Amino acid sequence: MPRDIHLLIGGEAGQGLVTIGQLLSKTLVRAGYEIFVSQSYHSRIRGGHNTFAIRLGEGPFSAPRESIDILVALNAETVTLHLEQLTGRALVIADAAFAPDLPGTIAVPFAELGPEPLWNTAALALLGNILGLSSEALYQAVETMLGKKHPEALAENREIMEKSREWAARHVPEHDFTLTTTAPAADRLLLNGNEAIALGALAGGLKFCAFYPMTPATSIVLELITHAETMGCVFEQAEDEIGAINMAIGAAFAGAPSMVATSGGGFALMAEGVSLAGMTETPVLIAVAQRPGPATGMPTRTEQADLEFVLHAGHGEFPRAIFAPGSIEACYHLTQKALALAERSQSPIFLLTDQFLADSSRPIAPFDLAAITPVIAGVEPDAAVTPYQRYRFTDNGLSPRLLPGMSEQLVVADSDEHDEDGHISEDHGVRIGMVEKRLRKFTLLQQEAVAPELNGEKGADLLLVCWGSSQGPVQEAVAVLREKGHSVAMLHFPQVWPLVPDQFLDLLQASGKVVCVEGNATGQFARLIRGESGFAIPARITRYDGLPFTARYILKGLENLAAVEVRP
Amino acid sequence: MISIEEYGKYETAWCPGCGNFGILNALKHALVACELAPHQVLLVSGIGQAAKAPHYLKVNVFNGLHGRSLPAAIGAKLANPELTVIAESGDGCMYGEGGNHFLAALRRNLNLTILAHDNRVYGLTKGQASPTSEQGFVTKAQPHGSFAAPFNPVAVAVTMGASFVARGYAGLPEHLAGLIAQAIKHRGTALVDILQPCVSFNKVNTFQWYKEHCYELGEDHDPADHAQALRLALEFGARIPLGVIYKMEKPIFEEQFAVLKNGPLVRQEVSREGLGKVMQGYV
Repeated sequence: MPRDIHLLIGGEAGQGLVTIGQLLSKTLVRAGYEIFVSQSYHSRIRGGHNTFAIRLGEGPFSAPRESIDILVALNAETVTLHLEQLTGRALVIADAAFAPDLPGTIAVPFAELGPEPLWNTAALALLGNILGLSSEALYQAVETMLGKKHPEALAENREIMEKSREWAARHVPEHDFTLTTTAPAADRLLLNGNEAIALGALAGGLKFCAFYPMTPATSIVLELITHAETMGCVFEQAEDEIGAINMAIGAAFAGAPSMVATSGGGFALMAEGVSLAGMTETPVLIAVAQRPGPATGMPTRTEQADLEFVLHAGHGEFPRAIFAPGSIEACYHLTQKALALAERSQSPIFLLTDQFLADSSRPIAPFDLAAITPVIAGVEPDAAVTPYQRYRFTDNGLSPRLLPGMSEQLVVADSDEHDEDGHISEDHGVRIGMVEKRLRKFTLLQQEAVAPELNGEKGADLLLVCWGSSQGPVQEAVAVLREKGHSVAMLHFPQVWPLVPDQFLDLLQASGKVVCVEGNATGQFARLIRGESGFAIPARITRYDGLPFTARYILKGLENLAAVEVRP
Repeated sequence: MISIEEYGKYETAWCPGCGNFGILNALKHALVACELAPHQVLLVSGIGQAAKAPHYLKVNVFNGLHGRSLPAAIGAKLANPELTVIAESGDGCMYGEGGNHFLAALRRNLNLTILAHDNRVYGLTKGQASPTSEQGFVTKAQPHGSFAAPFNPVAVAVTMGASFVARGYAGLPEHLAGLIAQAIKHRGTALVDILQPCVSFNKVNTFQWYKEHCYELGEDHDPADHAQALRLALEFGARIPLGVIYKMEKPIFEEQFAVLKNGPLVRQEVSREGLGKVMQGYV
């Protein structure tokens, strides 16, 4: 079986390319193949150039690929834009009207196969033929999607699928993309990063989320809303991001484990709310899915340039933690951890992802739901300690958090500096006590910090340092280099604050050459590592064109740095 | 029976003669009249001299950010609809910094009360024009007089079809207590815009000025009559009407969330069975 096929469907928004992609993905996953799906789209409803890319084969895959083996061009522009990426063995599926004159081109007379609205179904059937997928399995996927809403459309879809198969049997040239049969894996989940965050939040006990729509974070909340009734949650679209975070804090104060989800610009509006959560010691989970800035930037593209912003957002000093999942599984697990830590530390806790991770999907094993421990908000009142003081001084800085209205004890929270009762205070002694009490909670966050993961041997010739979504592409680059006999390792940080040098400094020091790979222009994470550990990472590979890292990009970068001799 | 003493007595940071004293007193009487125990009540405020009011009575308090009392109040009410939630702040906080939240709150119609102390000037920052200051109102920040036209919160609320709109006056605490009690009992978002003098920074709209301009609405006004309510809401000059200007029954926002029929969110456990179904949806 081919190890690695990269299939890309391109066209305008509105041509149904995502539908083909999703149906094909589902069919492949159920049939037991490994896939990695990434999407690229313009910030518009119709038109533009959008792509749905599936890497498939033996895998497993953790990153997109640049070169293309099978191109499905739903319009002429797709052919022009992706011509240079085609591999020597590539197939191009395009309407006869604009099919290029290239070996491997399959010029399809779509108009002869059926009416235009069904052409995407026809393309799906052609792909099924090329990959050797069973007609029945593909049709089942179509049936599942259409069955409930448009049962009347089933017959015509079936018809065009059969016609397309017959046509393909006669016209598709020789190729080596036919998959060998695998054992079906019927229980695997196909999740993207945002869906995994939503599922993790629900498993972690989330009860409330307020949001203002902003790409690429919106789909986290849309996913949550689908399950509101099943899971007993309230989700509310706020009038703006300021409203959203203040609602989430109000809900958390009243006992609902809460989150917000946004991107850079929306998060900028939330900054004062972050500070409010810090001062009132209210737990809140803040998911920031990054996209390129400044300002509106490139709304549908990816970047890792808001690390320093998220780290420093909010005036004044208060503890926080920032998780940066690198995989679909980590999105699920770290969201739960973040919700739990928000409650335990009574602090704002962050989940920092990006468009690339948000929109990439991969098949994964089902999660063990018996293992979940959903957050429980607040504690029961202690009859022995009266009157209740919301901000009672304690050794670890954590004061028992009662919920208003759940007992006869009164809960007073204040954004002003306050005394132990929660009432406004301008006493300088109280101020010192409260600043120190809040900062003592940082110890808990340090103790709970998730250590960076070393992939490879300590003391390798080359160590690639990365954080968040760059994990997959870096992992693939490392695998390529190892295959070529290089001594190389990866150190991935799934949590970027607080950094605990005891967890990683020796690994940095033991390596031959250290290169930091991150999706921004100025090397924010390398700067953070230096500030916290004193270790200056001498070289870096950055990316800020709006596209995700690929193994090829990283290997080229290493060549440019003369860090390693590679011929990708 | 709840006694007014249960709501406590605190030293305040207000100027002697401030209208806030009358409002605080009226609020306490209203809470007693509604037979609410302190722990059933959550007061949410923003920042300003009015926003300090929750610190001066014994209830649950969330004193949040300037302009943001309403979203915090809405979040709390959605998390626990059993709480009696009152958002209390000044005109600058409620109508200026929080203007968008004010409009959105009226559209939603949660079962909560908005008390806006409206002294038509910024007090805590020492005397700049507020959204409700008269045009031409001279301050150190507006030395040639405020150029902007004043915001009429009552007219805006009536126009939007808010379900309860009233105007009170700090100098008539008994009348005001009655309005606040009606607002708390009203099912839906209830706005009480409370006119008050600022003895330190508003030398125009004084006790004497309000005495000359304000009048109490009589029995002849039907708050269900929207056209009449709108006329009264726009009457803000030589004569200013006090009382319930407009009132109607509208669907309650939080009652439309099916899950809130099961009580506060904090009492709703995570269903593993439900989660299993959700996960199955990704297969």
